[in-house]
Amino acid sequence: MHVLRPLLVVIALVAIVLAIRIFAVPVGFGVYDGGYIYGWYDQSSEEAAKSVEVKYQGREYCQGCHTEQSSKVSSSLHANIQCENCHGPAIKHPSEPPKLTIDTSRDLCLRCHADLPASLSGRSAIKGIDPDNHNPGVNCASCHNPHSPAPGAAK
Amino acid sequence: MITRREFLKTSLAGAAGAAISLAAIEMVDPGKVLAAAVQPEKNARWAFLIDSTKCVGCGLCVKACKLENGLPFEANISPTWVERYILTNGGELFADSPKAGRDGYTSKRVDLGMGKYQVVDKSDTKKAFFVPKLCNHCENPPCVQVCPVGATYRTPDGVVLVDKSWCIGCGYCIMACPYGARFIDPRTRTAGKCTFCYHRITKGLKTACVQACPFGARQFGNLNDPNDPVAKTIMTQRVVVLKDEYGTKPQAYYLGLSKEVR
Ligand code: HEC
Ligand code: HEC
Ligand code: HEC
Ligand code: HEC
Repeated sequence: MHVLRPLLVVIALVAIVLAIRIFAVPVGFGVYDGGYIYGWYDQSSEEAAKSVEVKYQGREYCQGCHTEQSSKVSSSLHANIQCENCHGPAIKHPSEPPKLTIDTSRDLCLRCHADLPASLSGRSAIKGIDPDNHNPGVNCASCHNPHSPAPGAAK
Repeated sequence: MITRREFLKTSLAGAAGAAISLAAIEMVDPGKVLAAAVQPEKNARWAFLIDSTKCVGCGLCVKACKLENGLPFEANISPTWVERYILTNGGELFADSPKAGRDGYTSKRVDLGMGKYQVVDKSDTKKAFFVPKLCNHCENPPCVQVCPVGATYRTPDGVVLVDKSWCIGCGYCIMACPYGARFIDPRTRTAGKCTFCYHRITKGLKTACVQACPFGARQFGNLNDPNDPVAKTIMTQRVVVLKDEYGTKPQAYYLGLSKEVR
């Protein structure tokens, strides 16, 4: 009896833990592709990762409505730059947000045009300016056209 | 006592049984297995290709990544980042990645940390370049091995993901990653990382950073698709991976990497 009682308690505890486990561990849990080391997980979380909202729509999305800007950009020196790089993610624009941001800050252009030591980088092929000396304090867009920058000179 | 008759009976039955199971193996048609493997959409193996000579350090990829994945923009964490390396004529190496390169490189000042800066003159540089980095989605991910609860894993298409609802935020994976690719996501206080934009690639879109890159420095492809240009480059060109000696088998391949890159 002295031996049996604690034994029963232990068995009951183990049973309770196992019972809780059944409810606490998600049903999708198991060993999948990759074996126990790399593939032991809840498969439903793959769906969670897939369900994140797509925010960047790509330039094709803009073409139909902003025809003027789209054709301008695509035939310019800035043709490779996605609209959303300068205007932010479209998400569900124009329903939400109704307008995208227009960033006229110098910092936007300086990302590519600030003159830097970059000998082994594509940066050296882009015309650079010294931000401290090239018309400091004035927005680039007031002299240059961001959608179709004229080679060499201002707009 | 076993009689001869019984012995023959059982051994015959055993042989027949073995034959049946062998037949089952042979019934698997190698042609069909191959066909399944080259069905690129169903059987993808995602890989990343970075041409670091094309990177100009504009940081638009980092901006796009953080906004696409809804990460707090001001928090100093990012699934992808851009590093700058400057080697002077004297052989001194400076490297920085302020704010993960989110705002691009607009100044000649190299951020040495602790509020110290170093200006390197153009004429004093032997090498200067940018290197985009992100999670390598290793085939042998050490971050997955150490997870005590099974909250991180590699999907069948080769993407290392975190199950946010199961992660306990212990941070073991952050320690285990040799590339520093993981962080604690302040929104959920669980481990966060690059997902190869799993929500985009599974819909046939490119990852946000690849789409944002104007210079083709970042590319994305499916190694199981023989017609994929990125897969072709990885298979046929001189590509390297980061920290190969760790045996993690990274799936982010680099073109034009320099030995200074750590
Ligand atoms: C379905 C049509 C539609 C699409 C697609 C669309 N837009 Fe718009 N966009 C609008 C409308 C309508 C406005 C509001 C114009 C206004 O109020 O002056 C607007 C406003 C804007 C503005 C602000 C203009 C201003 O003068 O304030 C920007 C910038 C913009 N869109 C960029 C984009 C970009 C970049 C894309 C592609 C990712 C895009 N739009 C896709 C319809 C569209
Ligand atoms: C290099 C950055 C850059 C890119 C790329 C870019 N824009 Fe703009 N965009 C600007 C700036 C800066 C302005 C503000 C111009 C001004 O104030 O004169 C602007 C203004 C606009 C406006 C407001 C109306 C106007 O024309 O001034 C719209 C609409 C617009 N852009 C749409 C687009 C679309 C669509 C694309 C892609 C085809 C695009 N932009 C690509 C920087 C950019
Ligand atoms: C007050 C008007 C003005 C402003 C503001 C201005 N620029 Fe210019 N920019 C010019 C003129 C004029 C030229 C052509 C003459 C020259 O090379 O200085 C020029 C030339 C350039 C060139 C070509 C340089 C070359 O080597 O051919 C680039 C690139 C450039 N600007 C970028 C910018 C950027 C980026 C900004 C904002 C940070 C900016 N500019 C602001 C007037 C302006
Ligand atoms: C993503 C990088 C990037 C950004 C951001 C960017 N540009 Fe450019 N820009 C380029 C490239 C690439 C060229 C073509 C190569 C060249 O001529 O320098 C170019 C060309 C130019 C030129 C013509 C230079 C010349 O003389 O040939 C001007 C002017 C210019 N950009 C102004 C701007 C302005 C103003 C902004 C901000 C609204 C801006 N750029 C933002 C990449 C960029």
